[in-house]
Amino acid sequence: MKDSIQDRISELLDNLEKTDNPIFITIDKDWLWKHVKEQATIEGPLSGKIIAVKDNINVRGLPTTCASRILETYYSLYDATVIEKIRVAGGILLGKTNMDEFAMGSSTEYSAWGEVRNPIDETRVPGGSSGGSASAVSAGFVDYALGSDTGGSIRQPAAFTGTVGLKPTYGRVSRYGLTAYASSFDQIGPITKTVSQSAELLNVIAGKDSRDSTSADVPVPNYLKTLQEKVQGYVVGIPWHLLEKGVDEDVLESFKDVISRLEKEGVRFKKIELKYADYAIATYYILATAEASSNLARFDGVRYGVNAKEQLQDLFSYYAKNRSKGFGPEVKRRIMLGTYVLSSGYYEAYYTRGQKVRNLIAQEFFTLLNEVDALMFPTTPTTAFKLGENVDDPLKMYLNDVFTVSVNIAGLPAISVPGKPGNHGLPVGCQIIGNAYEEGTILQLGHTIERSRI
Amino acid sequence: MNWEIVIGLEVHVQLKTQSKAFCGCKTTYGSPPNSQTCPVCLGYPGALPVLNREVVNSAIKAGLATHSKIRYRSGFARKNYFYPDLPKGYQISQYTDPICYDGYIQIPTEEGKKKIGLIRIHMEEDAGKSMHTENGTLIDLNRCGIPLLEIVSCPDIRSPQEAYTYLTTLKQIIRYTGISDCNMEEGSLRCDANLSVRPMGEKTLGTRTELKNMNSFHGVEKALAYEANRQITCLEAGEPIEQQTLLWNEQTQRAEPMRSKEESHDYRYFPEPDLVDVQLTDAWIQDIKAVMPELPEERLSRFIKHYGLSEEDSLVLTAEHEIADYFEAAVQGFQDISLMNHWIRGEILRILKEKQISIDQCPISPKALRDLLTYLLNKKITPQTAKTVLDNMVKTGESADKIIEKKGLLSITSSEELDALIRNIVEKHPEEVKKYRQGKTQLLGFFMGQVMKATKGRADQKITRHILQRYLDATEE
Repeated sequence: MKDSIQDRISELLDNLEKTDNPIFITIDKDWLWKHVKEQATIEGPLSGKIIAVKDNINVRGLPTTCASRILETYYSLYDATVIEKIRVAGGILLGKTNMDEFAMGSSTEYSAWGEVRNPIDETRVPGGSSGGSASAVSAGFVDYALGSDTGGSIRQPAAFTGTVGLKPTYGRVSRYGLTAYASSFDQIGPITKTVSQSAELLNVIAGKDSRDSTSADVPVPNYLKTLQEKVQGYVVGIPWHLLEKGVDEDVLESFKDVISRLEKEGVRFKKIELKYADYAIATYYILATAEASSNLARFDGVRYGVNAKEQLQDLFSYYAKNRSKGFGPEVKRRIMLGTYVLSSGYYEAYYTRGQKVRNLIAQEFFTLLNEVDALMFPTTPTTAFKLGENVDDPLKMYLNDVFTVSVNIAGLPAISVPGKPGNHGLPVGCQIIGNAYEEGTILQLGHTIERSRI
Repeated sequence: MNWEIVIGLEVHVQLKTQSKAFCGCKTTYGSPPNSQTCPVCLGYPGALPVLNREVVNSAIKAGLATHSKIRYRSGFARKNYFYPDLPKGYQISQYTDPICYDGYIQIPTEEGKKKIGLIRIHMEEDAGKSMHTENGTLIDLNRCGIPLLEIVSCPDIRSPQEAYTYLTTLKQIIRYTGISDCNMEEGSLRCDANLSVRPMGEKTLGTRTELKNMNSFHGVEKALAYEANRQITCLEAGEPIEQQTLLWNEQTQRAEPMRSKEESHDYRYFPEPDLVDVQLTDAWIQDIKAVMPELPEERLSRFIKHYGLSEEDSLVLTAEHEIADYFEAAVQGFQDISLMNHWIRGEILRILKEKQISIDQCPISPKALRDLLTYLLNKKITPQTAKTVLDNMVKTGESADKIIEKKGLLSITSSEELDALIRNIVEKHPEEVKKYRQGKTQLLGFFMGQVMKATKGRADQKITRHILQRYLDATEE
């Protein structure tokens, strides 16, 4: 067993050397072999499992670059809580995966280390921002991966790469050690091949953490056990009005196929309405960028990261130089947007109003989820788009998140599971949204979809 | 024209908690630079703040001590600005919903007690320290994340002197609660001031300026006097007041305008998403009430009532709670309260002043003082001897018992012993005796002095006087 894991790693490293797809940002072989040796002695639920980590999650001794120049030279001094938990559970951390810089993007094209190509079709994007993690799982380099999801960054790449992506309830998994993009939206979650693997990894990483005040003190069930329960009698709401336009035909067809499969298992469907859904994108881009503008203020080159070596006139020039050089275009765009909406004179019109709409959207979800067990709609309106297709059109890129952001706004758990493939055999994701802390329900439904496929 | 000065003060007090506001780092003053830091207070990527409960407890204490209303649910906000000693690029503070509001303290004025309103008291974290040297700026982040309370007064203060009294009174109250040392030299108390002037009787406020960088209470007083004077001079010359921030320069004794670039901050406050709201309960506040120490006003009136001391004496003894504690410990089981008061006010406070130490460091413990004064009370030593013994105690750290025994300092109360000694002295000074008998009776003092000199102050005064008078008056025949 001990030998086989080392053989597996050697083989993986060989395979990785053969690919020029920049799925990984860091694989430090010296660190890795030492780590493999340490982990080999640990008996736990993840023993022998190989795991990739999105490069915005801190792993002690490895760089955490967040795919940004500004953190090019930054090494983590501590483990994120999820990493500590994975170590204790015996998992093996292969390396750090590529992403959109600071998790801002939906295609993994906004990376300082090059764009990741979708392993299913290398002319297309893998989605983002956890595109490296989703691709690592999809291509079979790792058993599991950790991603982070602020507006769809786990579910959308899972949908594009044919993997299972779970965004847990806000507060279910500790954010300690996750480099913050938008603190009140961010959640770490698993990207895996199967739903039961997702349950297995969630079992390890979920739970209250005293180092994260926003983590919830809600008991964590054994998700592998809840998976076995029947879905018969569940009522799932579908907002058909959202799917009338803007959703590709093949995506819709795949979605309907999932419905018919679940119906066979005794799930009932109900037409519901999400009145505020149209406001989700605007609300998200106001509130998330506001938080981002503050969260990213610490990257100033004073204590770590890229900084200007030459003598500069004053402090302002020093900051301006470091940050202009260090950040990529999408990050700059969001920092400026966020700074603007928080500025005096605009705060009420944008931030305050955004908070109000956030409450309305969340309330609508909570009310609906009192009536039904889960909601369901496609993860994305299209399948994976071509590389470069949206990169110069931020608005079009943002609209790709139309089905995922509202879930972060409400802080609810959601899973994307592969349905019937669409045109050109491209994966299609079906998204199931559950009530707060009821990851068990959506895992069961996802598991049922998965089994009915075989 | 008569002008009215309007002043409001913003006081920051550093809390004496064991650990920082949002991480477990120690808060010891004077540690090597950057030795008390961690990923949280250094603002490393991914680190998150967790509120120290003691900060909330301290804020509740400050609120209770200042008749403030306590908000049951209050949240934190981020105050965003760039500076190298602020590693996160924002300071965690409170904005729209401070934990305490609508309070007041009472300050003594010549016209009696005056209420100064408090708008708010809120919790926040300190920034690090920048030290500007010839070779560049050095940053020490030990202070970064140390908890502070910001106490904002209403514009109720009407003169620089009143501002000074407000600060002393506030410091006294806060020190009584035990939450802060309020030491301006160590930076555990800092004060910014807002000042405007208006014609006497005018209702609307004039344009205000903000004063910063004062490093003592007297500095605050002087800066305010300077600025009030400047504003009045401007207005009388018909020039408008510009709203601006001024830095007090202790060297030049002038307030100088800050560069406009430095003051044009838009802090972009918004709710801190990494922390949850503080939710207080009645039980929580009750628990704090139960451990609240007696406050200056209560203690003052108790000293007057219970110990029968004058208001003036009580004010001195309760000025600092440590002195009041000392007095109460010393007076325990001691009959003569007035004597004890006299000695603490006269001798102990003198020693502290000479040695420039606080009463906690006083070499004479309350019990040691009581033991000494018990000798005096029982007339076993004379007042003069008592002072000598006290000085010896300070020098050697030995007890009164030991010093008195070793040096044989007990009073001479034996009539026979004194009789012989006095007869001898009288015989040696025939001239003075003659003058005395001619009516210059004030020479009694001279003879008393000679006796004291001969006995090194140990002669019992009453007996000595009695015997002296007998000799001087008797030989008149």
